[in-house]
Formats: sequence, structure tokens, C-alpha cells
Amino acid sequence: MLLEISHPLELIKLTASLDSFLHGLLPSWAALLIEFILVGVVLLAMYAVIALILIYAERKITAFFQCRYGPNRVGKYGLIQSVADMVKILLKEIIHVDSVDKFLFYLAPFFVICASMLTFAALPFGNGLHAVDFNVGVFYLIAVSSLSIIGVLLAGWSSNNKYSMIGAMRSGAQFISYELSAGLSLLTVAVLAGSLQLSTIVADQSYVYHWNLFRGHLPAVIAFIIYLIAGHAETNRGPFDLPEAESELTAGYHTEYSGLQFGFYYLAEYLNMFIIAGIGTTMFLGGWNAIQVEGWDGFNQVMNFIPSYAWFFAKTGVLIFLSLWVRWTFPRLRIDQLLNLEWKYLLPINLVNLVIMAIIVVFGLYIK
Amino acid sequence: MVSNIIFFILAFVAVVSSFMAVTSQKIIRSAVFLLFVLLSTAGFYFLLDYHFLAITQIAVYAGGVMVLFIFSIVLTNQPGVGVKFEKPKRMIVAAIAALAGLAICGHIVYYNISRLYFYTTQEEFKMQDIGFGLLGTGKYQNMLPFEAVSLLLLACIIGGVMIARKR
Repeated sequence: MLLEISHPLELIKLTASLDSFLHGLLPSWAALLIEFILVGVVLLAMYAVIALILIYAERKITAFFQCRYGPNRVGKYGLIQSVADMVKILLKEIIHVDSVDKFLFYLAPFFVICASMLTFAALPFGNGLHAVDFNVGVFYLIAVSSLSIIGVLLAGWSSNNKYSMIGAMRSGAQFISYELSAGLSLLTVAVLAGSLQLSTIVADQSYVYHWNLFRGHLPAVIAFIIYLIAGHAETNRGPFDLPEAESELTAGYHTEYSGLQFGFYYLAEYLNMFIIAGIGTTMFLGGWNAIQVEGWDGFNQVMNFIPSYAWFFAKTGVLIFLSLWVRWTFPRLRIDQLLNLEWKYLLPINLVNLVIMAIIVVFGLYIK
Repeated sequence: MVSNIIFFILAFVAVVSSFMAVTSQKIIRSAVFLLFVLLSTAGFYFLLDYHFLAITQIAVYAGGVMVLFIFSIVLTNQPGVGVKFEKPKRMIVAAIAALAGLAICGHIVYYNISRLYFYTTQEEFKMQDIGFGLLGTGKYQNMLPFEAVSLLLLACIIGGVMIARKR
């Protein structure tokens, strides 16, 4: 049905021909080695490029929310402002603080950056652009993203600074709480999808009404909203930015960090925003599938000309925009309001929601 | 060949971190080294292509238990102050206990390695099979132990609420 219509701009043909070319030229182990290295390099490069684009987008959108211009001097519309900032942060000195716990202090940024890098491995960016397809993909994403909080806690403790410490404790409490809601809402969708494998979940959401958001009726919508709130809270941004509340804690857990080490935290924060949006896209909004409506063949054909990775990034971009919108709309929560929101509202709603979803799936009430 | 190299790297990390975890003077560093041991164990499971167990290891031990460990160590008073050495008599007893544990583990591993080999040559378990195995009521399905554990956890949660509530 769908895939009979050709996809002219897909990268899957390119990667397949590269694969067959390498296998024809080299023994299979060498071809695999080259492919592994290529995948790694591409993911790393994408990591940096996405961060640059996100930083520019965030600054520009933030500026528009606040009736300012935003960056507009470096390049046309300030387009290469974030490139200039990247060069600046690469050249900055890393200040060595004497009274920190050296080992943990220098180790901590790597936890944060590795955790977000690991999630990149299992995200399906497009048709054929999926590095590792675990049969428990959703579980993998939840598991590795929970590692980043260790970096934050260690940074706060090893900095030997009260502000860092308080910021890290707040961040830890916040992350551990909201991780539950994010995990449970993803579990709700996994119940609906009947699989934890990301490729299967994406493939099942071919037409628009098959998207998990619409297929599961109200429980799926509730799960989506809770996922967005919890995911937003996990990134330590917006109304949930108590860990780095600048008026009380200077900069929270990364007060003592400078140069590229601070850059790691900065990068990881933006990439976590992207990852949360990407997981949301994959689980709720049909992943890299184009918008397809059954029966509208002409429309479907036009939509299919847009490649799958463009769809993925477009949907992810919409969710990121939502996240920015929330960030600049709501005032910062107090710590007790933050914990009340999670433990007294989101978590009970989520548990009831999960049971309702299970009932819907058992009786086959979802859209088939 | 490649898996051998990866195995030796992981084994090196696991062994060195285990030693560092017990010999380190600062308790928070011990916790971090323990985290490395748990992560490299997850690496072993990945090497065996048993993804579910590996990811459970990361989610439960590295992402859950160790985060709570570090969180609670950070909450204690002066966690960075060095710990004193035990008396020699207690050290010897501890060493004997550790050796006994090593002997038991070695025995179990030695006599069950062929079984493990059998499982690694099979195809990977499907997630659905694991789910039925955990929550089914038939033969080789473990509904009762699962429910017993959940009761235990419920009791723990109620106990935690009782201790933490305002009086």
C-alpha cells in the first residue's frame, strides 16, 4: 500500500549501495569496521550540528517571545552566531579549581554527555537511519537517559560549593520523580503498540489515525501530555529550572565548571530537549512516517516526496517549539509545587491511565 | 576475535573498578567505582546478545539503585572524610568471607557454563515470551513469585510512608 509509492529522496538507497560497495571491495570484517566508524562519526557530527541549530533556534524564538530581535549581527539574521559561540567555547580556558574532588569533578560531564549520546544510537531518525534496533528499544531509551543524573549529582557534590550541592540535590529529586511519569506514560503507549521495538512501533503508525496519539483515544492523549510535562521537567528547563535558578543558586550544579566542561552540560541540556522531543515523536506522532490519509492518493504521493528524516525533524521541531513556548510562558515552580505536581497529580493520573489503556487494548477498542 | 577484545576491556574495567570500590577511602568514589562495575556487567550481557537483561541491569542497578546510593551518600554529613582501616582480625575474617563467596561463585559458574553456552547459541528471547514467563500462570511461568515480590514492595512503600509522614 504505502511503500509502493516511490520515495525519491530517501537515504536508504544510498546507504544500501554504500554497504554493497564496501562489501564488494573489502572482506566483511573490514567493511563492517568502516561502517561502524562511519555511523559513529555521523552520529557525533549530527550531535554537534543539532546542538548548534537548537541553540540558534532557541535564542531566536526566545527573542521573539520577548519582543526582541535576538542574534542578528553575525551573518544574515545572526545565522552563524552559534558557530561563533562554539568556536569561542572551544578556545576558552578550563579553570582548574583546587579544592574540588579532582577525579569526580572531571568525570562528571562525561556521564551527562555519554547518556545523551547513547540515546542517539537507538533513535530512528528516518527510514533506514536507525543505528541499533533493540527488541526492547523503548526500555533502552528510558534506561540510558536515566544515567545522566549521576553526572549532575557528582558534579554538585565534587564541586565543593554549597550552590552546586543544592542545585544537584534539587536536580536529583526532580529527575528521579519525573522519570517515573515519563517512563509510565511511555509504558502506556507500549501497551497500545504491543511492542517495545522502535522499528515496529514506527512501522505500525502508517496512516494518521494509526498514530499512537489518535489510536488510543483519550488515554493516549493524556499519556502524551504527561510525557511532555515530565520530559520537559527532566531537561531542567522552563518552569522546572529550579536546579539552576540563577536568582538563588547562581548556576546550580555547573557553577564551578568552565570552558568545554561547561560546554558539555550546555550541549547535553539542548540535546536532551531534542531527545525528549524525538522519543515523543517516535512513540506518539508516527516517528518518521509522512502524514498519510487513507484514500487521498494524490496527497499521499506529494507527502511521500518529502523524505522521512525531514518528517522526523519537522515533528521533533514542533515538539521543541512547544517546549520553548512553555518555557517562556510559565513562571518557575517552587520545589514543593514541583514535587506535588509529580507525586500527587501526574503519577496517580498516569497509573489510572495505564489501567484504562490496558482495558482498551484487551477489549480491542482502539482504532485498528 | 573482536568480541574477545571487548570482553577483555570490559573484564579489565570490571576487575579494576571492583578493587577500587572496596579499597577507595572516600565512600562516594567507592559508589562511582561500583557504578562502573555494574555498567561493565551490563556490557557483558550486551556481548552475550541478551539485550533485555543488559538494559534491565542499566535501568535497575546503574540508573536506579546507584542513583539512590549516590543521592543518599550526598545527603549524609561529610561524606568525603576518609574511612579508617579495620582491625587486622576483622580484615582476615572479611577476606575469608570474600574468598568463600568467590569459591561458591566459581563452583556455580564452572558447573553451569555449558548451560549458559546453550542459551547463548539460541536466538534471543522475544520480549513477549519474557512477559508471559513473568506474568503467566502455566508451567515455567512465575506469576506467584512476582506477586509475592510486589506485596513485599507494597509493604516497604507503606513502611516508608509511615516513617516519613508528619506527626
